[in-house]
Amino acid sequence: MPPLARRNLFHDRIRLVVTLTGIAFSVVLMVVQWGLFEGFSSSTSGLIDHSHADLWIAAKNTAYLEQAIPFNERKYYQVLATPGVAKAIKYIVRWSIWKQPGGRAESVAIVGCDPDASIGAPFNLVAGDVQQLKQPNAIIIDRIYADKLDAHHIGDMVEINGYRAKVVGFTDGIRAFTTSPYVFTTFKRALDFTVIADDQTNFILVKAAPGIDVKQLKAELQRRLPDNAVFDTAEFSASTRHYWMFTTGAGIAVLMAAALGLIVGIAVVAQTIYATTMDHIREYGTLKAMGAPNSYVLGVIMQQAVIAATIGYIIGMAVSLFVVHGASKGGANILLSWQTAVGLFFLTLAMCTSAAVVSVKKILSLDPAIVFKG
Amino acid sequence: MSDAITIRGVTKNYDEGSTKTLALDGVDLTVNRGEVTLLMGPSGSGKTTLLSIMGCILRPTSGQVLLGGKDVTSLREADLPAVRLRHIGFVFQGFNLFPTLSAGENVELSLGLKGVKGSEAKDEALRLLTLVGLAEKYNAFPADISGGQKQRVAIARAVAGSPEVILADEPTAALDSHTGKTIVEMMAKLAHHEDRAVVIVTHDNRLIDYADRIVRLEDGRIANAA
Repeated sequence: MPPLARRNLFHDRIRLVVTLTGIAFSVVLMVVQWGLFEGFSSSTSGLIDHSHADLWIAAKNTAYLEQAIPFNERKYYQVLATPGVAKAIKYIVRWSIWKQPGGRAESVAIVGCDPDASIGAPFNLVAGDVQQLKQPNAIIIDRIYADKLDAHHIGDMVEINGYRAKVVGFTDGIRAFTTSPYVFTTFKRALDFTVIADDQTNFILVKAAPGIDVKQLKAELQRRLPDNAVFDTAEFSASTRHYWMFTTGAGIAVLMAAALGLIVGIAVVAQTIYATTMDHIREYGTLKAMGAPNSYVLGVIMQQAVIAATIGYIIGMAVSLFVVHGASKGGANILLSWQTAVGLFFLTLAMCTSAAVVSVKKILSLDPAIVFKG
Repeated sequence: MSDAITIRGVTKNYDEGSTKTLALDGVDLTVNRGEVTLLMGPSGSGKTTLLSIMGCILRPTSGQVLLGGKDVTSLREADLPAVRLRHIGFVFQGFNLFPTLSAGENVELSLGLKGVKGSEAKDEALRLLTLVGLAEKYNAFPADISGGQKQRVAIARAVAGSPEVILADEPTAALDSHTGKTIVEMMAKLAHHEDRAVVIVTHDNRLIDYADRIVRLEDGRIANAA
């Protein structure tokens, strides 16, 4: 059969450009907003996800990483004494004040960890070494925040909460969801940086012994520490993500922008496909008069929608890749996974075919006798 | 000569709000294969309504339409497109070609709807365009050919799949007299040489010479049939 759908679609080049621009714009908007959502979401729980710990113990009613209230370190010894625990460390995440060499203050999130442990340590190091945290006043920061913190080189000296601190290493890509970059140091030094009493900790991170059922260990620790909350890592990650993305409304705002992209896309495509249908309404009438079944005529409309969706998606995705690449250099964290890309393709298809519904209704109600009028 | 279309006591009312218009009022008519039948009459006399009912595009308010002896008025609305596809070819005043398809593709599309596809459809489309003298215009688009050529493509499209009935609505109205004559000669050949029933709605008295029967309509009734 002659390619009527394709010919009709490509016949009016200006309208085609408008259609494809609308779809591509919509795709870019959805990629950027969904990517921001995923990027924000992953940055809220990045420390937890990369901790290599099996369990996180926090004060009771803790809902997210930065909320944890200090509790007595005696619990740490109770944890160590629990059968099935291979390793446990005390861990701090708490806000503090960073003072640049020039005197400007920035809020930071201090992460107090054990440089000798395989859990809770800084990751993605691109300069320096975790062991160098054992040096006096040592800290490790992420190079994304080098400008913000005015610390660009190993050996740079700054002040945190009135204490001297020396940069001994840089990580890459450990983004903070808040405006406060993470600063890694030893647990003991973190107590000073965050004004937490020496006998307190924020968290206890636990690694289960090989062969130990983590669920059972979690239950046992919860039984022994009734005044604490015991999470497995996935749970605590989800809880932290949920808090930042939904309780604060930040995620909803980003998701709404993504939905806006979808709505804009549907509106643009619906308008242009409807206009194209109306331009060719007499031809559709002719087809119906000739005896073409509704399924064929509707197939023409749907083919136009699918072709427009596919080309618009390809253009939109190409632009999106540039945006994502540019954003990563500019400090924004836009994640675009292949799953998102595939999902968006089907969403674009759905968007365009649903946009064609208005035209489909018009065609279904079209009287073929139109061909005899004028 | 056999009956192609038989109309028995057909009436057609158009309801427009509280106004009822009687477009056809008890029309009886038989159209034979191998004949050119002209439907003539003043504007609003019901010619196009009758043509639409013959073509199974409109349903009569009452009465019966037999196509090849089969009662099509009793068919469901959804079954009528298949009847049109199989038995009827249309030629329109405004040609109604698909502007984004070439002349050959316009004919191929009609064949494709009837199940003829691929190279078979291309060969058949070329044969039909050759019959109307437009083989060399196979790849030409409607915008690039004259009105007469467009109507010849429309005729090739109408006869694609060999329907026994060709219904034409003012096929020469948009053409100059010479071209109109060529078109009507072509349609007469379809009736006389290929045993099709050709029904033409027209105001053009010059077509009378080619008609085997002339049916004059006035106020929805047949005034006389000659």
